[in-house]
Amino acid sequence: MATILYFARLGEQLKTSSEQISLNDMSTVRQLVDHLLDRGEPWSSEFESGRVLVAINQEMSGFDSAISDTDEIAFFPPVTGG
Amino acid sequence: MSRISVQEQDFDVTTELQAICDARTDIGATVTFVGLVRDMNLDDSVSGMTLQHYPGMTEKALHKIVAEASQRWEVQDATIIHRVGELSPGDQIVLVCIASSHRHDAFEACSFIMDYLKTRAPFWKKEMLKDGSSRWVDARESDDHAAGRWEN
Repeated sequence: MATILYFARLGEQLKTSSEQISLNDMSTVRQLVDHLLDRGEPWSSEFESGRVLVAINQEMSGFDSAISDTDEIAFFPPVTGG
Repeated sequence: MSRISVQEQDFDVTTELQAICDARTDIGATVTFVGLVRDMNLDDSVSGMTLQHYPGMTEKALHKIVAEASQRWEVQDATIIHRVGELSPGDQIVLVCIASSHRHDAFEACSFIMDYLKTRAPFWKKEMLKDGSSRWVDARESDDHAAGRWEN
């Protein structure tokens, strides 16, 4: 089971900050996102906004990056600290 | 050598500056940047702010930014403190303190670290407005441009 985290506006809109997902045959972030999009609203509008970044095991990654069931995969909006 | 802290508590600039210079005689310059919570944003009155972060990744990202600055300039020591949780206008939010042998390196490293922090460290601000509403702050294109100027 991969750990999926959602931060900031994303976590608020999706009404969850973390969940466990069995990746099965999903091997890239994009495939995981497609799986999440299948849930419909509010997932679809949040992920289709184009303003979602991804980190795998706490390193910034891309949507074509490979993922596995032991990973911590985090989705969040562009950062606004400082 | 560097000190990175993500914390709810406030910080004291003088204490941090003394800690960085303590018992050293090889430091020729320190540059300190302190970011504060402003009471206005996008023409609206801001009454407060909540800062969220990604525990673990945020600290890693800050260490990486300091390491990158140290490769570009001579950085003898660095302290970054970033506050999270509930903050009010006028509160200190971030401290970057750089010690170097020369002022040029200290100025540049400090500026670079702030530009990268604003675009790469996972923090998110949510503003509370005077009318009682709240909103997540959107990332600014100007911050991307500021970070981008170090790429050349």
